[in-house]
Amino acid sequence: MALAKVVGIETEYGISGGPDGDPVTASTIAVTSYARRMAAPIAWDFDDESPGRDARDPIAAPAYAPVIETHLANAVLPNGARFYVDHAHPEYSSPECRTPLEATLYDQAGEEVLRLAAAAANADLPAAQRIVIYKNNSDGKGNSYGCHENYLVQREVRFADIVTAMVPHFVSRQIVVGAGKVGSELEHTRGAPPAFQLSQRAEFFEEVVGLETTMRRPIVNTRDEPHGDPARFRRLHVIVGDANLSPVATAVKLGSTALLLAALEDEGLDAFPAPPREPVHAIRAIALDPTLTTTVELSSGASWTAWDLQDRLWELAADYAERTGAGAVAEPDEITFLLGQWREMLDGVRTDRAAVADRIDWVAKHRVLEGFRERHGLADRDPRLHAIDLQYHDVDPTRSLARRVGLRTLHGRTDVVAAVSGPPSSTRAYFRGQCVARYPEEVVAANWDSVVFDVGAGPLHKVPTTDPLRGTADLTAPLFARAPTARDLLAALEG
Amino acid sequence: MGMSEQERIHRPRTPREREDVADAPAESSRGEQLKSDLDDLLDEIDDVLEENAEEFVRNYIQKGGQ
Repeated sequence: MALAKVVGIETEYGISGGPDGDPVTASTIAVTSYARRMAAPIAWDFDDESPGRDARDPIAAPAYAPVIETHLANAVLPNGARFYVDHAHPEYSSPECRTPLEATLYDQAGEEVLRLAAAAANADLPAAQRIVIYKNNSDGKGNSYGCHENYLVQREVRFADIVTAMVPHFVSRQIVVGAGKVGSELEHTRGAPPAFQLSQRAEFFEEVVGLETTMRRPIVNTRDEPHGDPARFRRLHVIVGDANLSPVATAVKLGSTALLLAALEDEGLDAFPAPPREPVHAIRAIALDPTLTTTVELSSGASWTAWDLQDRLWELAADYAERTGAGAVAEPDEITFLLGQWREMLDGVRTDRAAVADRIDWVAKHRVLEGFRERHGLADRDPRLHAIDLQYHDVDPTRSLARRVGLRTLHGRTDVVAAVSGPPSSTRAYFRGQCVARYPEEVVAANWDSVVFDVGAGPLHKVPTTDPLRGTADLTAPLFARAPTARDLLAALEG
Repeated sequence: MGMSEQERIHRPRTPREREDVADAPAESSRGEQLKSDLDDLLDEIDDVLEENAEEFVRNYIQKGGQ
C-alpha cells in the first residue's frame, strides 16, 4: 500500500519597492512586519537542515549544495507554515497537508499571508516605497525563482524509477498547469523569440537530474532531505512547476503528481509511458508551442505530443484509482474531483479553450493578451503585453489581473482566513501550529521535524516530530486540552 | 475501502486522433457571450493596468532564487 502522500508547496514570491529598491531589504521588511503582527515570532531551528544531501549515490558530478542563510528573517506561523527570506525573496512554505485540496487551501492561505505582510509593511512606508508582491517565477530578464512541491515517498522506491516515471509528467503537465509567460529570457530561444510560452519556468531547466536548485536547474531534483525518518521516508522535492493563481490548477498539479507517485509505489514502472529521449529539449519545445502540436521523440522511438503523454498518464492514474481507490492520495470524492478536473482541462485545452480559461492560468492569460493586442493593435513586443503578464501575478486584489479573469475558486474566503491562523489537522503541522499558537513564550524554535521549548529551569526541550503523519489533531488535541502550559505539555509527553 | 462500494470514475473521452485540434465550432450565441465577456474584461484591464508599462516592466528586476 502506497505511503500517504503528505504534500506541501513552498513559494518564493517576487517583490519590488522598499526603501532602497533592494529585494533583500523589501523581503526582510515584509517578513518582519508580518511577524510583528503576531504576538511572538518563533525562530526557525536549522539544526536538522541538510539540503546538500543527494538522493543519488554516489554523486555523479561536482554539485554545489544550496546555501542556508541563517541571518535572514525567519518565522514559524501558527498554521504550521514557515515564512522567511530565502535568497532575495519572501518565501512561504506551507504546512504539511494530507491531501491535494488541503494543500491548495494552505497555498491560498500563503497568498493571504503575503497580502497581509505587504499591507503591514506599507502602513509604515511612504507611497513611493510601496512594496508590491508577485506570485510568479521570473522577472522577464533571466532571473527565476521557484514554486516547489514536496511529496512523501517510500524510501524503498528506487530513485532511478522515480526519474523514469515522473519525467514524462514533469515535461508535459505544463499544458494544463503552466502559468504562461510573454516572450523568452534565455539564449537558447533568442534566435526566434516566441510571443508566448506555456510556462514561466520551463526554459530555465538545463539538466534532467541534479542537486542544484538555483543554477543548472534539473527537471528532477535530487535533494535528499526527508525532514523525517530517513530509513522510511523520502521527500520528493519538485522544482519544475510554475506558481499558479488558479486554485484548480494548483489542485490538479498536486493531485496528478501525487496519484502518479502512489501508482509507482504500488504498481511499479510498467504502465508508465517511455520518457522523452531529450527531456530538456522536450520541456522547452513544449513550452514554446501554444498550438500543442509539437511532438517529442520518446526513448521507445515513438513521437508524441505533450497532450498524448498527459492523456496516457491520466489513464494510468484513473486506472490506478479505480483498482485501488488511491486512498494514499485522498478520499474517494476528492480523487473523483481531481481526476475529473484534470480530464476536463486536458480535453478543453485541446478542443474548447474558452471552457477552461477559468482554470488554466496560461489559457486565461493568453486570452487576455490576444484580446488586448487586437483591441489596441499592438506588436508582439509591446511593453503593455509584458505589463499584463507581470500584473496578472500581483497579489494585491486591487491590481491583480488574475483576480479579474474569472478563475474558479475552490475554498471560500472564510476557510482561507481560518487557514492563515490555524494548522491542518491531519499531519504533524497540527502539533507545530498548536504549540506556536498556545505557548508563544516557551516555544523558542521549531522546524519541520521538531519543536524546541524553553520552560525556564534546565536545558531546552526538543520534541521530535519525525513522522509527518503523527502529531495530528486526532492524536494530540486531547493532550493540548489537558495542557494549559508548555510545562504541562512536556510533562504529558515525557510521562 | 471496498472496491464494490467505490463509485466508478467518470471518464469523458476524446479520441486520440488529432482531427479535432482546432477549436470546436461554438454555437453562435455562446460565441457572442464569450466575446462580450472578454470585452468587459478588457475594459477593466484598460482601467487597472499600470499606466507607464515600459517603466513598470523595466524596473521589475529580481535576484535569481531557487
